[in-house]
Amino acid sequence: MDDFYRDFILDHYRNPRNFGRLDQPTVSAEDLNPLCGDEIRMDLHVNGAGIVDDVRFSGKGCAISQASASMLTEELKGMRLEDVAKLTKEVVLENVGIGISPTRMKCATLGLRVAKSAAIGEIAGWPDEE
Amino acid sequence: MIAVGDAKLASIVADFPILSHPTSRGKRLVYLDSAATSQKPQSVIDALVEYYSDYNANIHRGVYEIAARATDAFEAARAKVARFINAADTREIIWTRNATEAINLVGYSWGLQNVKSGDVILTSELEHHSNLVPWQLLAEKTGATLRFIPVDHRGMLVLEDVDTLLRGVKLLAISHVSNTLGTITPLEKIVPRARAIGATVLVDGAQAVPHLAVDVRALDVDFYAFSGHKMLGPTGIGVLYGKRALLESMPPFLAGGDMIRKVEFERTSFNDLPWKFEAGTSNIADAIGLGAAIDYLDRVGMDWVRGHERELVAYALERLAPLEARGLAIYGPKDPALISGVLSFNFADIHAHDLASILDTDGICVRAGHHCTMPLMEKMGWPATARASFYLYNTAADVDVLVAGLEKAAAVFKL
Repeated sequence: MDDFYRDFILDHYRNPRNFGRLDQPTVSAEDLNPLCGDEIRMDLHVNGAGIVDDVRFSGKGCAISQASASMLTEELKGMRLEDVAKLTKEVVLENVGIGISPTRMKCATLGLRVAKSAAIGEIAGWPDEE
Repeated sequence: MIAVGDAKLASIVADFPILSHPTSRGKRLVYLDSAATSQKPQSVIDALVEYYSDYNANIHRGVYEIAARATDAFEAARAKVARFINAADTREIIWTRNATEAINLVGYSWGLQNVKSGDVILTSELEHHSNLVPWQLLAEKTGATLRFIPVDHRGMLVLEDVDTLLRGVKLLAISHVSNTLGTITPLEKIVPRARAIGATVLVDGAQAVPHLAVDVRALDVDFYAFSGHKMLGPTGIGVLYGKRALLESMPPFLAGGDMIRKVEFERTSFNDLPWKFEAGTSNIADAIGLGAAIDYLDRVGMDWVRGHERELVAYALERLAPLEARGLAIYGPKDPALISGVLSFNFADIHAHDLASILDTDGICVRAGHHCTMPLMEKMGWPATARASFYLYNTAADVDVLVAGLEKAAAVFKL
């Protein structure tokens, strides 16, 4: 587990990317990990073409949850919202790499769960295409 | 300082089989989470095995030999608990699953019978959720209000205005020792004042009975709750002590077998104390196991346990002090006389969970999080803390490994 905390993880933890709030998000979601108290909020802005064109996250918690949320925001920009809804935890594992223990997996995937629930909630409100 | 070669300590460590089993990474297990649950000595494990392999039978009704033996062992364990906390009467010891269930028993049985709209329940800002949430529910049901004894920046209760705080109080529900900070509540300053105004007093002793000599009669409390698994006993067995007259006046909590005297189709008369509160088949094995744990603590001596933990805390504070310049923040009063064997801390910008994960790689078990005291954490502005908690089997070498682990965490996080 100690080999998990590589330089780029510590960098994302101490200098999180896309940190803060959007003034006018299209959709927001937040969640917490009640076991350890990690909190993440995601604000997504979606353009007319259904593409995420801006994103911010905020929250507090361990290096794993905050760094993986920070890295995830970099992936989200430019994605179709429908693809965000379909993301799996593989994207997080690819970002943070090896060395995460099963007990900390919930920390690593917290940002992902929040982003997905924002996307799924927003898509559910879209009018049917027919 | 604790002599590493202390023969008594060495023989205690040898009594706990788990402490000689290396972790999967081949490290010596350094168990610093006894405030969550304690390890078990071989004698407790043997008592469980002996019950299940030699005289497993249900209690109280069996006429055959092993049933009588099980009943005797079960009730003998109750008598050990009564003596251990100096209860006046064995009938004042009610078996529960744990301290939480004991507190809920009082909330539902005594509380719903006695607490009325407008009454005040006084508790404190440092309570474990188990001594807070049951009172929130009782207040909701009855229209009573909750009031809190504040804590200062060191986590000590602010008792200057205790008489004002006690005004109109029906129930004082307070912990004896804080599970997050280890601070010992000066019950002698509060309980007599509460009694003077006729308040009923419940003490959550889950973190006290394992570590301090507790005398419920000297404390003069009405109810005292604790768990077996934090005091070398098995999980799933706990105790509610209650003054006999009070317990007699209370309605049953759970209904079923064993708690009855006579059942007719329309009505039931209830059994005597303590069985009135013990519906269904009790946790026989674990009660007997807790009896064995008390035998063990009696042999060691609670004064020795308290003295040992004080020395360990003093040594830990001394060894950790140099790390404070590098961002280690130790919470609580940092005075071994005022705290039990508990130290809560954070290290610079390393989140407590990351710290616990790094320590884990060296076989060190510490807890990280809110320790089931979310309101306290919120008030203090700590999102989470790491907590090292000591018990009779911990050594100065354990403290040294913890300090080395923190040095390593500082290196990993490039502090």
